[in-house]
Order: sequence, then C-alpha cells, then structure tokens
Amino acid sequence: MFSLDLAVNAVVAGLLLGGFYAAVTIGVTISFGMLDIVNIAHPAFIMLGSFVAYIVNSNFGVDPILIGAVMAPVFFLVGMAAYQIYFYAFEQRGEESIQGLAFFFGLLFVGEVALILAFGVDYRFVEAPYIGPSLHYGFVDLPLRMLIPCIVSLVMLGLLQVFLGRTFIGRAILAVSQDRLALQLMAANPSRIKRIAFGISIATASVAGALLIIIQPVEPSIGRDYIGRIFAICVLGGMTSFPGMLAGAMLIGIVESITATFYGPSWAPAVAFGFLLLTLAVRPAGILGR
Amino acid sequence: MPPLLEVSGLGKRFGGFVALEGIDLSVDTGERLGLIGPNGSGKSTLVNCLSGALHHDSGNITFDGRAIDGLPAYQRTRLGLARSFQLPKPFRSLSLVDNLRIPLLYTVNARPGARLSDGAISERCLALLDDVGLADKAGRLPRDLTQVEMRKLELARAVASAPRLLFADETMAGLSPSEVEEILVVLVRLNEQGITIVLIEHIMRAVMSFSTRLVVLVAGQKIADGAPQEAIRNPEVERAYLGE
Amino acid sequence: MGTAKFWAVSFVVAAAVLVLTRGLIGNEYFFFAGYVVLQYIVLSTAWNILGGYTGYTNFGVGAFFAVGAYSSVVLHKLSSLPVPVMILVAGLTSGILGFGMGYLTLRLKGVFFAIATLALAIVAQTLIVNWDFVGGSRGIYVIRPQQAPLYGSYVQYLYSLMLILAWVSVAIARTIERSRLGLGLNAIRDDEAAAEAGGVPTLRLKLISTTLSGALMGMSGAPLPYYVTYLDPASSFNLSYAVNSVAMPLIGGMTSWVGPIIGAVLLGTIQQLATVTISSALNLLIVGVLLILFVVIAPNGIVGLVQARRRARLR
Repeated sequence: MFSLDLAVNAVVAGLLLGGFYAAVTIGVTISFGMLDIVNIAHPAFIMLGSFVAYIVNSNFGVDPILIGAVMAPVFFLVGMAAYQIYFYAFEQRGEESIQGLAFFFGLLFVGEVALILAFGVDYRFVEAPYIGPSLHYGFVDLPLRMLIPCIVSLVMLGLLQVFLGRTFIGRAILAVSQDRLALQLMAANPSRIKRIAFGISIATASVAGALLIIIQPVEPSIGRDYIGRIFAICVLGGMTSFPGMLAGAMLIGIVESITATFYGPSWAPAVAFGFLLLTLAVRPAGILGR
Repeated sequence: MPPLLEVSGLGKRFGGFVALEGIDLSVDTGERLGLIGPNGSGKSTLVNCLSGALHHDSGNITFDGRAIDGLPAYQRTRLGLARSFQLPKPFRSLSLVDNLRIPLLYTVNARPGARLSDGAISERCLALLDDVGLADKAGRLPRDLTQVEMRKLELARAVASAPRLLFADETMAGLSPSEVEEILVVLVRLNEQGITIVLIEHIMRAVMSFSTRLVVLVAGQKIADGAPQEAIRNPEVERAYLGE
Repeated sequence: MGTAKFWAVSFVVAAAVLVLTRGLIGNEYFFFAGYVVLQYIVLSTAWNILGGYTGYTNFGVGAFFAVGAYSSVVLHKLSSLPVPVMILVAGLTSGILGFGMGYLTLRLKGVFFAIATLALAIVAQTLIVNWDFVGGSRGIYVIRPQQAPLYGSYVQYLYSLMLILAWVSVAIARTIERSRLGLGLNAIRDDEAAAEAGGVPTLRLKLISTTLSGALMGMSGAPLPYYVTYLDPASSFNLSYAVNSVAMPLIGGMTSWVGPIIGAVLLGTIQQLATVTISSALNLLIVGVLLILFVVIAPNGIVGLVQARRRARLR
C-alpha cells in the first residue's frame, strides 16, 4: 500500500491544506490568542462566508475569492456588533467564564441550524476556472483548487502581519493583547481597540469561508470539525505567534493528509483533536511558546 | 530549637528567565520576618514556591522537620503553612461566613484529632470575622466589601486554617496609613497568639516597625538577611532601591 | 430540609408521579415525550454537577451519553441482561470515561478544558464509527422485547426507569449541594487557587465531579437503544445533546438542583411540541436562541431571576 509518490503527494496536499488552515485559524489567533475572547463560534462565521460565496457565485458567477474579499468589510461590521454584545454582557460584568463560553457555543449552534434551515443539508459548491485543473511536476500533483487558496491564505497572513506591526491601530492591538492595564493607564480605550480587532478577526472568516468552499463542497455541519482544528492549531502555535500558527497549521495539515491517504478519511477528524489533547497534556504553551 | 521553615538552594525559572536562584532561608518559630525587595525581585514567586502554588526547580524546603518538596498546596496548608494572596481572591458566590468555612472544613477538620462540629465551625467563623472587624457583614457577599475589608477577609481566611506559619503577601498595598495600622494590629495580635509571620511588603514603615528580622530579595537572589536596621544599611540594598 | 428527609420526600413525589401518570394517561405519546424530558432532567442535572457547581464547562456530553447507549448495545448483543443492570453497567463505563477525561484534562482551565472535552467526544465518536461490532457508521438495529416487565407497553417501562433515574440524580445533586463536597466544589468554581490554598484537595474533588457527572450522563443514555430501536453514531453523539445540557441548567439556573429541572422541563417540552408541530431543525434553533438570550440577559437563569426579585422585595 505504501508508495513513495502517494506519500509525497499526501505531504504536498498536507502543506497546501495547512496553508489554508492558517486562514481559518488566524481569526481565532486574534480573538482568543490576543484578546482572550473565547470565540468558539468562529467556524460558524466561516461557514457563513462559504455560503455567502455560494449564493453570489451561483447567482452571478462572481469569483469566490473576490466575493470573500468584498464581503470582508461587512463581516468586519458584524464582528464589531458581536463584540459589542459580548462586551455588554460579559466584560462589563466581570469574569464569568461559563457564560461567555455558553454564549459563543450558542452562537455556533444557532449559526449551523440557521444555515440548515436556509439551505438544507445538501452539499454546496462553487464554480471557478481553477477548480479542476492541476499542475504536474513529475509525479507530484498540485491541484489548483488547493494551491490558490493556500497562496491567498499566505497573502492574507502577510498583510495582517504587516498591519499589526506597522500601523498605529495594529500596534495598539498588539499592546492591548500584551498589557491591558498599561493601555488603560495611557488613557487609550481598550474596548474600542478590541472591537476593531474582533471585527478584523471575523472579517478573515469571510475570506476563509470563500477559500473553504473552493477546496471542498460544504454543508452546514462541517463547521464542527473545525472547532478542534482551529484550537489545536492555535495552541500548537503558541497562541499569539503568526509563524508558530502557520507551522502548527502545516503540521496538522500534513498529518491529516497522510492519515486520510493511508488509513481512510473517516479517521481524519480525530487527528486534529488527538493532537490538541496531546499538546494540551504535554506542553500547554504550544510549540513556539508564549 | 530547629527552625520552623528551612529553605536551601531554592531556584525557579520561567523558560529562560531566572526568577529565583540559590535562596537560603530559615524562619524560627514565633519570628516576625519581613521580606522586601523591588518589584520583580521574586518575592511573590518565593511565596508561591513555598506554599506549593508553583513547583520549584531546585533546592529543598523543610517545614516543621518534614520535607515538603513534592506536596501539593492543600497538603502544605494542612501541615500548617498558610498564605494570603496579594490580590484578594475571595470566593465570590459564598458569604463571608462560608468563605471562612472552607479552610475550617478542609484544613482544620482534615487534621488528625478532634473534628469540629458544624455548630463549632459556625461559631469559629463568626469569631474570626469579629477579630478583623467584619462580624456585622457575616452574611454578605464579598462584592459588598471595601478594599480594606477584602484584605481583612483574605487574612481571616488564611488564619482560619489555624496555621503555624503565615505568609502575608502585600496585604497593605494601596491602603491609607490608618488602614495600614489596622492590618498591622491584626498581624501583631496573631503573632502574639503564636503564629509565625512572614510579612512581604513594600511599605517600609510598616515592615521596619513590625519585623524582628529582615530579608532582602533583589533580582531573584537574597542579598541581605539580619536585623532590620542593619539590613537596610547594606550598600547593595541601597543600590537596589535607589539605583546606581 | 435535611438530606435524608429530602430523599424520602422526593421519593414520594416521584412515586406519585409514576403511579398517577401510568394509571391515568392513556395516550402512548405522552410516555414517548415524557421519556425524553426525564432523560434531559438527568443529563442537565449531571452536567450541572461539573458545570454549575464546579465551574468546568463540558461540551463532550455526547460522548458520555453515547458510551452509555453503546455499552447497552454491546450487552444486548452478548447477553440478555435486564435494562436496569445495563443502566448500572453504563454508569460504570461512563464513570470510568469521566475519570479518565478528568485525569487528562483537569489541569486545563476554562476554554481549554471545554475544547478538550469536545476533542474527546470527537475521538470517542471516531472510535465507535470504526467499530463494526456495534454497527459502525451504518448504525445498528435493536429489537424491543415483546413483553415489558410487570404490565404496560415497553416504552412505559423505559419511562418508569428514567423517572427513577431522574429522582436518583436530583437527590444526589441536592445531597452534594448541601454537603462539604458541594461547598468545596463551589470554592473551586469561584477561585481554584484560593481553594487549594485553603486546604481543598482540588484535583480529587474535580475528579469526583467528572466521574459522577459522566456516570449519570452515561446512565441516561443506557435505555436509548431500546427507545429508538435504531442507533447510529451521528445521532447518539449529536452536538444537540451538548447544547441542551448547557442550555437547560443555564436557563433554569446553575447554582441549585432546581434549575436543571426547570430548564429540562421547559426546554424539553418546547422541543417536543415544536418537533411535532414545526420541524426538528427549528426546535434546535429555538434552544440555541434561548440559550444566547438568557446568557446575555439573565445569566443566572430563572432561579437567579426569582432570587433577585426576592432580594429586591426585602430591601
């Protein structure tokens, strides 16, 4: 069963998948890693992004990545609104961690059920010229429908890295993530900064959702598989580090891909979760440390 | 008489950062030890390592003749080593009485010997609250307390476990002079009742008047240990506090 | 009311409900729906021991519930043990699972613990999906015995068992609440480091909490194969069990044994009505929306609202 080109292709596919997983996780790296907001509903926003891409693409034929980018500002506003509710309900009243978790859990669930009611449980897909063809280098296949999302994901990552490091608001976000008290003492309002950051984190879901539906057909309950993946990658990568998160995403992508190739796809969901459990048990600070 | 607490070669690192290095310390029964040092010198880390909230990386800790190195915090409390927290950590959904009931149920009653009945426990909770002047708020929740009252509750809770040795971690930070006096009075009284006290503090006036011996920590190392007036005059201590 | 007295009084109440409902109600559908509501009373009461009392949010409810159901499937295939015995065995297996989960994850805080429980549920589901003996992903058919013990239909028998289980779990919850263990769990919930410093053996108490909670959840799933007659991983591990187990105590009130009952009866009844009249997807939407509304507006649930009103009137 084991053949070299099968293995190499599995690794390559895993790398491309990992690149995409980074797009999926970057939002949570911001909301949870930097802002300490346990947004486990992030997959629901990603699924929303996928279905928005589906609607516009199937009705108007627009390229899904374009849709994702254009809709990002809308998701940004939705994210800011969600943060407002969260802030009013929880941060103002002080630490109530179960309620905060329950809130996002409810959001995750409502999101999935709402999508089921609106679209049913059938798989939906988009049409684009790069879904189908592949590049070939010897025995290595590079399906465009995975290569392009991977590239877009890395571009988005790079842009966010630049934004956080070079712009005023970006650096304010980094400051908030590191020392809330210091920021308050400097009379900058942390909740305004956090609202913007949370909005950005949800905006990434718009793009990630578009990329997802390019890679594979989607149906509403797929979001659940991603909760574990996202947090596994976040923890593996050390919570706040972008490069660490990327490394973690690639690692999980490769292991999932190899598992699916040699042991069958029904074991794949367990991989990320198993990794997560292992990491949490052994090294809660992640690979590259916090 | 052997020391109540004997620490030798204690070390603790966080990743690459060395928080404590080679700490030797001994505390005799009945002492009033002051522990001072600039911010970040490792005082709280030391308290955390001794009380069991953190695992130390190297060195030995002996309490009452017994090595306590591997013991979890709750067992150290049961042996008689108690600590109060720098930022008060009350049980927010429990009344003041119930806040004190916890150490009575889980420490005092967990020790070999006569167990207190429910009635005796309730009585003792009220008595402890009365000692710190909180008896009239016995049935209230911690959120109804002022800052000073929270500090007192924190102390009362540590005392409720009937400790032999108490680490009072920055109990007076941010309090007014008269409030500092109130806390000092409580601590002196506790010491007179037989509790050995290690006072970790920034407020020099309080530490100097309270301590029979002073230990100074700077950058994770002990640089002075002796009578308060002498320890203060140590040139290294001056340098640490006033800069070069 | 003392603990022993509560057990006696609640037993009388449960027995009265049992006798009256089985004696007076002829509509079979009542017992189908009643089973589900009672099952949710057990699930939410069990969840609340770890969630409301101890402060640890368990999203992996499906794992314990399904393990209970599947342990019954295994026993059903290998033997002909009566259902009450299966319930006890399910309690054992799920209890062990709870202990194991606690041992692996209890050093984690907050969301990490919650995600880890979710992870465990997915891992458990993947194992069952790949286990052909119990039907794997295709599921398995379980034949209901022709005769119910004593009299009446088999579903009425299952309903009776679930009623007894509900009584037991509620009585256990209240016993814990009024005991030293309950106070210790509350202390852990409010501030774990302070509890540990106060002499509370936090790891031990947390393990007791996860084991007991898991065992009860598993027991609530044990009769399921006979109730549904067709069991598959997708439905038994369904996330809706987790959502309900979180929503019901939260909406009812997490600090007392009463809350989960209120939540389970309220939400359970709404869902049973909605499934019949509207659609089952919509009824899940209702649960989710109610959860969000309550957690934002009334985080202490209905019990909390009542307590707040009482306190306001006293002033």
